[in-house]
Amino acid sequence: MAPSVLDERITLKYGAGGQAMRTLIQQVFVDGMAAGPPHVGIGLAAMDDGAALRIGNRWLVMTTDSHVIHPVFFPGGDIGRLAVSGTVNDLAMMGATDVLGLTCAVIIEEGFPRADLVRIQRSIRETCEEAGAFVVTGDTKVMGKGELDGIVLNTTGIAMTDRVIPDSGLRPGDRLVVTGTIGDHGMAVMARRHGLALEGDLRSDVAPLNRLVRQVLDSAPDAIVAMKDPTRGGLASALHEMAEKSRVGIVLEEMALPVTSPVRAAGELLGIDPVHVANEGKAVLGVRPDAVDVVLAALREHHLGRDAACVGTCTDERIGSIILDTGFGRRLVTEVEGEPLPRIC
Amino acid sequence: MMAGNRGFDELKFRDPVRARALSDTLGRLTTAIGRSPVSIMHVCGSHEQAIARFGLRATLPRDLNVIMGPGCPVCITDVPEVDEGVALARQGVRIATYGDMVKVPGTVMSLADAQAEGARVDVVYSVSQAVEIARQSDEPLVFFATGFETTAVATAAAILGGPPDNFLVLSAHKYIPPVMEIVAEMPATRVEGFLAAGHAATITGWGVFEPFVARHKLPVVVAGFEPLDILAGLVKLVELIGERRAAVENMYPRCVTKEGNRRAQEQLWKVFRPIGGRWRGIAHVPNGNLRLRDEWAHLDARRRFDIDVAGLWDYAPRPLVHECICGDIMAGIKSPTDCALFGKECVPHSPVGACMVSSEGTCKIWHQYGGHPDLAPRSVTGGESGAVCAR
Repeated sequence: MAPSVLDERITLKYGAGGQAMRTLIQQVFVDGMAAGPPHVGIGLAAMDDGAALRIGNRWLVMTTDSHVIHPVFFPGGDIGRLAVSGTVNDLAMMGATDVLGLTCAVIIEEGFPRADLVRIQRSIRETCEEAGAFVVTGDTKVMGKGELDGIVLNTTGIAMTDRVIPDSGLRPGDRLVVTGTIGDHGMAVMARRHGLALEGDLRSDVAPLNRLVRQVLDSAPDAIVAMKDPTRGGLASALHEMAEKSRVGIVLEEMALPVTSPVRAAGELLGIDPVHVANEGKAVLGVRPDAVDVVLAALREHHLGRDAACVGTCTDERIGSIILDTGFGRRLVTEVEGEPLPRIC
Repeated sequence: MMAGNRGFDELKFRDPVRARALSDTLGRLTTAIGRSPVSIMHVCGSHEQAIARFGLRATLPRDLNVIMGPGCPVCITDVPEVDEGVALARQGVRIATYGDMVKVPGTVMSLADAQAEGARVDVVYSVSQAVEIARQSDEPLVFFATGFETTAVATAAAILGGPPDNFLVLSAHKYIPPVMEIVAEMPATRVEGFLAAGHAATITGWGVFEPFVARHKLPVVVAGFEPLDILAGLVKLVELIGERRAAVENMYPRCVTKEGNRRAQEQLWKVFRPIGGRWRGIAHVPNGNLRLRDEWAHLDARRRFDIDVAGLWDYAPRPLVHECICGDIMAGIKSPTDCALFGKECVPHSPVGACMVSSEGTCKIWHQYGGHPDLAPRSVTGGESGAVCAR
């Protein structure tokens, strides 16, 4: 249940991607801003991955994302790769896979090593090449020591599409497909951040998904009815949002969820469920039931989709709830409240 | 290519087929007792976590009432103990503690609230991580030490391992065996047997429960934490109840012995002494709290600092606290759904009682996993198990 009144001070839970954050956005920004102009198809009020503006008979999709991450370099990626992938993926989740251009604004803390900055720039460039995207404008600021934590990147992206895919198009009977293993990014970063000596093969999955998404959209043009990238709050938050907006319930099958052994082991040890852990290179797709096999085959042809799996079904019961079938019994899956923290025992 | 969550096949204590066989046996044994409900209690948050996490509650016999007792170390950490940690943090002392302690409300605020106001609070996964943080500077670092004997032995080992001088301990550790006596003697109790925590028994040994069984004529079964461990433990316990046999049975022999871990016990009692103290919402528990022995006074935050708890009381007290029934819930007398605040004023992101804070707290677990509502498939998904994807 969403808190009806915000706290006097903004604590970290308001940035963790769950109900608290959505309440903050709703109460402060959505309610406080004027409604969009008439050509806005999907605007602020939809609280989707981005906005869709009608231009002639096509849609211009626009999204923006600020990136802060500690540490800046982590197993499997860095803040540069994250900044490009995050924005490209938000566009792709609305069906807009051909990126017209990206902006890149950088705020740097005084004393930040130049070598690190160059490393981040190279990573931005490489990731752009992977996505077929270009940075077309940007901005740079430097702030005093201690005024921010190292570096902040903001990227805005625009792309055109003929058909916008919302995150609200699920109907009872539709299947849910994930494009690969879940929990990789958050678990790798958490292990590094908390100095847990269990990194092993934990690697972030951060990657631009637009080409994978294009491949699958071409394979089954009308069968994909909803998409979302399960970033902060993990698969659980993404599914909650999709279920609430689509007015369906979702039954998720734990045995079908692709999870790597290191992620599952780390999750067991830390008491953190991989469904609550962030991904930066995965998408969850709502698929019409008769197209599941075609969609899975198309995904698995691409290296970023080779572990794709059908993981759940939409129902007309328990609207807005996510039920997990564990193979032993059934339980509800809720969203995380604040950052997931390692438990005591 | 990875076909689904293949790792489950490697885990032999997570075999759904065997689980169903055990569930059937459990149902038969429960029915054979011929009373309803048969009430048993476990005293471990990790047991509740596992029961909820695997959805086992939905498969338990209707006549079997599995009560979660005072087994969540975070929940039973008393308000004044949280206040001590918060007061120290607000006095500018750096605090390190386990993740789920951070959000526990004290009289007026939690460590997370103090952190939002600028206090320095580090989340650590183990005491050794706190020692490492202390090593990196000269300033005092107070490890707010919570949990049962399972984590208390780790704290003891760290202290005996010669930590740096600036490493201090604020002990809120608790000791489980005495509280079982309290619960067994509560007038309202309906408990006919106890499921004991396998990890704690690894240290204490299962022999520690023998005097209890002799005194109260109630069976105790030590069980592990995988789905099959728990189901097998429940089967054994219901069997003992059916046979009216008060005994200790060890269903976790791959980890637990009668004597337990002698070395860990020696270390535990070398560092800590048991004293009486309040457990949040439960009662005064004789010998239920673990405090540092006098030899370790130089590491004891309570003796090194003048902790100004009273300074916190300038703030308005949290409303609603008096309506919280955490105590009755932990004593197994009431369920979260009996509480007027549950899911309304008291939710995980703004908890009123500690049971809603910890991932091992009954209220949080019920809120998170839905208690035991009927989640059986009714339509759309079809098929016997409802599984359409795991093929």
